Amino acid sequence: MRTESRLEKILAAGHLAVTSECGPPRGALPDKVREKGKHLEGIVDAVNVTDNQTAMVRMSSLAASVLLKQEGLNPLFQMVTRDRNRLAMQADIIGAYSLGIDTMLCLSGDHTKFGDHPMAMNVHDIDSIQLIQMVKGMRDEGKFQGGAELKNPPRMFIGAAANPFADPFELRVLRLAKKIAAGADFIQTQCIFNVDKFEKWMEQVCARGLHKKCYILAGVTPIKSLGAARYMKTKVPGMDVPQEIVDRMASVPKEKQAEEGVTICVETIERLKKVEGVAGFHIMAIDWEEKVKEIVERAGLLPRPQV
Amino acid sequence: MITAERKPLEELIEYLKPFKRVLLVGCNECVTVCAAGGRKEVGLLASGLHMAMLKSGTNVEIREHTLERQCDPEYVNELVSMIDGVDAVMSMACGCGVQEIARRFKDKPVFPAVNTKFMGASERQGVWSERCQGCGDCLLGQTGGVCPIARCAKQLMNGPCGGSTGGHCEIGDDVDCAWALIWERLKALGQEERFVEITPAKDWRPGGGAGPRKIIREDLAE
Amino acid sequence: MENFEPVIVAFCCHYCAYTAADMAGSQRLAYPANVKIIRVPCSSKVDALHLVKAFEKGADGVYVAGCLEGDCHFKNGNARAARLVENVQKYLDEIGIERERLEMVMMSAGMGYRFAQAATEMTEKIRKLGPSPIHVALVGKENTSQLTGII
Repeated sequence: MRTESRLEKILAAGHLAVTSECGPPRGALPDKVREKGKHLEGIVDAVNVTDNQTAMVRMSSLAASVLLKQEGLNPLFQMVTRDRNRLAMQADIIGAYSLGIDTMLCLSGDHTKFGDHPMAMNVHDIDSIQLIQMVKGMRDEGKFQGGAELKNPPRMFIGAAANPFADPFELRVLRLAKKIAAGADFIQTQCIFNVDKFEKWMEQVCARGLHKKCYILAGVTPIKSLGAARYMKTKVPGMDVPQEIVDRMASVPKEKQAEEGVTICVETIERLKKVEGVAGFHIMAIDWEEKVKEIVERAGLLPRPQV
Repeated sequence: MITAERKPLEELIEYLKPFKRVLLVGCNECVTVCAAGGRKEVGLLASGLHMAMLKSGTNVEIREHTLERQCDPEYVNELVSMIDGVDAVMSMACGCGVQEIARRFKDKPVFPAVNTKFMGASERQGVWSERCQGCGDCLLGQTGGVCPIARCAKQLMNGPCGGSTGGHCEIGDDVDCAWALIWERLKALGQEERFVEITPAKDWRPGGGAGPRKIIREDLAE
Repeated sequence: MENFEPVIVAFCCHYCAYTAADMAGSQRLAYPANVKIIRVPCSSKVDALHLVKAFEKGADGVYVAGCLEGDCHFKNGNARAARLVENVQKYLDEIGIERERLEMVMMSAGMGYRFAQAATEMTEKIRKLGPSPIHVALVGKENTSQLTGII
C-alpha cells in the first residue's frame, strides 16, 4: 500500500470502487458543501472536489475538501495546472496532506476562455503529466520539484484523467501510458456515453497491460434532460454523446427524461462492469448529487465495502 | 518576425492632443512585413490623424520618417536632426523600437502607435500566426518542428488535452491543436517513439523566469 | 452650401471603367463634371494611401471603378480592390468621415451608360450628404464650392 487512502484500500482489495463529485459553491457557503456531502455519505468511497471547474471561480478545492473531511467523507482533492505555478501547487499539496487529505487528481484544467475570467492568465507552469511526476517525487523521493528535501512527505494516492473520446484517438492510449509512467495510481475517465468506443480504447489499454499498472475508473454521467444531452453532444469539447442517447431522451415525455437519464446511466454501469480492466466507477452527477444514491443502489454497488 | 497591429485612432489622438508638432516614425523591418508600421502605414496614419484632428479643430503637424531598424541605436541616431523640431514622437515600430527612441531621446515623450503582438510566421497573404514564445530552450527537435509552448493553448508538453477534436483546439475551430500537428509530423518522420518520452517540467529561467534577458557575445561586444 | 458642388475622385481601371468613360463620351452620354478621373492600370493598383490622401486633400467622395466580377484583366485585381475599399471604409469610420463617401463600382469597357450612371449616382449621393468634414475644415463652411482648385 502506497498510502492511507481509503480509495486505494478499496481498489487494492479488488472491490469495484465508486467515486462521485462535488463542485464547490460560488461563494463563502460552507453549508452548501456539507449539504452536497450529505447526499454522498456512505454511498461512495471518495468525493472528487473540483478545482475552479470550467474555469469559474469557486470555493477552493482544498477548503471544500477539508469541509467534507470534517463531515467524515473522503475528499479526492482535484488540482489543475491552469491557476497556479509549481510553488503554489506544492504548498497546497503539503497543506492538504497536513489537513488529512490523502487522495488527489492531477489535471491541466479547462481553458480560461470558457469561464468567468477569460481575461486571466493561464499559468501552465507545468502540465498535468509533470504534476503527476511532481506529486510522485514528493511522495516517493521526499523531494520538492526543485530538488530540495521535503520533510514528512505527503503520501498522496495519485489520480489522473483520461479522455478516450478526444482526438487523435491513437494518442489516447499512449497518453494514458505516459500518465501511468509518470506515476498515476488511478485514472478517472471522461463521461462515457459511447460504450463501443470506450471498449475499443480499453482493449488497447489491456493489450498494453496498463490496467495492471493502474486502476481505471470509468466515468459516467446521468443526463438530466434532452436539452442537456444535446448540449453535451454539441457544445462540450471532447465529449462523445451518440445520437441514440439523444433520441432515447427525446422519446420520453419531458417529465420522465430525468428518470430515463438515470436509467441510461445505470445500464451503462452494468455494461461497463463487463469490460476488462474497469476497476470502478466515477459518477459525475453535476449539481445532482441527490441522484447518486439511486444510481449506485440500482447498479448493485451498495452497500459500500468496509476496508 | 515580430508582428504588430495599429492601435485604435482614438487612443492615438488622445496621446497627441497636447502637442503641436509630432514625428511619426516607422520601421523598415518586421512591422513593414506585417503591414503595421512601415513607410506606407506611416503615411496612412499621418493622413488619418491629420484628418481626425482637423475635424476636431486641433491642428497638429505630423512629420513622417521611417528608419531602417528602430531597435538599433545606429539607425535611431538618424532622428537627431529631426528631434528638436518636434514636441513628441509616435513610433510605429514594435515595443523594442519605441523603447530605443525613449532611451536615446530622454526629454522627448514617445508614444506607441501599434500593439506588439507576437513572434509569428505568415500563414498566407495577410494572415500571421504565433509560432514562438522565445522560451530560450528550444524543444522543436523533440516535437517534430511544431512548438507546443507557443501553439498549445495550455502549453502542454506531453500530448493533447481531452479537448482536442478533429485536429482543432478546444478554444476554437480556427485554432489547430498543436499536438495533433506534432503527432502528424512525428508519424510522417517515423519518430512516433518521441511521443512516449516524458518531457519533464520546464526550466523557465531561459524563458524570462530569471528576469529580463540579455545576450552578450564577448567576441562582438565593445 | 446651397450651391455646393461636390468634388469626386474616380480611380478608373484602364481595362474597363476608363474605356467605359470614353464610350460614354463618344455616345454623348452626359455625366457630372464633378467627377475627376484618374486612370489606373488595374483597380488593384489603387492603394489605401491614394484613397485616404484624396479625402485629406478635400474630396467629398471617392470611388474605385473596376471590372465586372470574374472579368479582371489580371485575374482578381477587382476583388482585391473591393476588399481594400471595405478596409478603408472602416478607417474612415475611425477618422470620422462617413463611409458612404467611398465606394467600389464594377463595369465592363462597353458599359458607357453604366459609367455615366455611376458618376451621376455618386455625385447625387454626395450632394445630399453635403461636403466632407475635411473639406469643410480645409476651406470653411462658406467656401466649399471653391475647393476644386486645391485638388
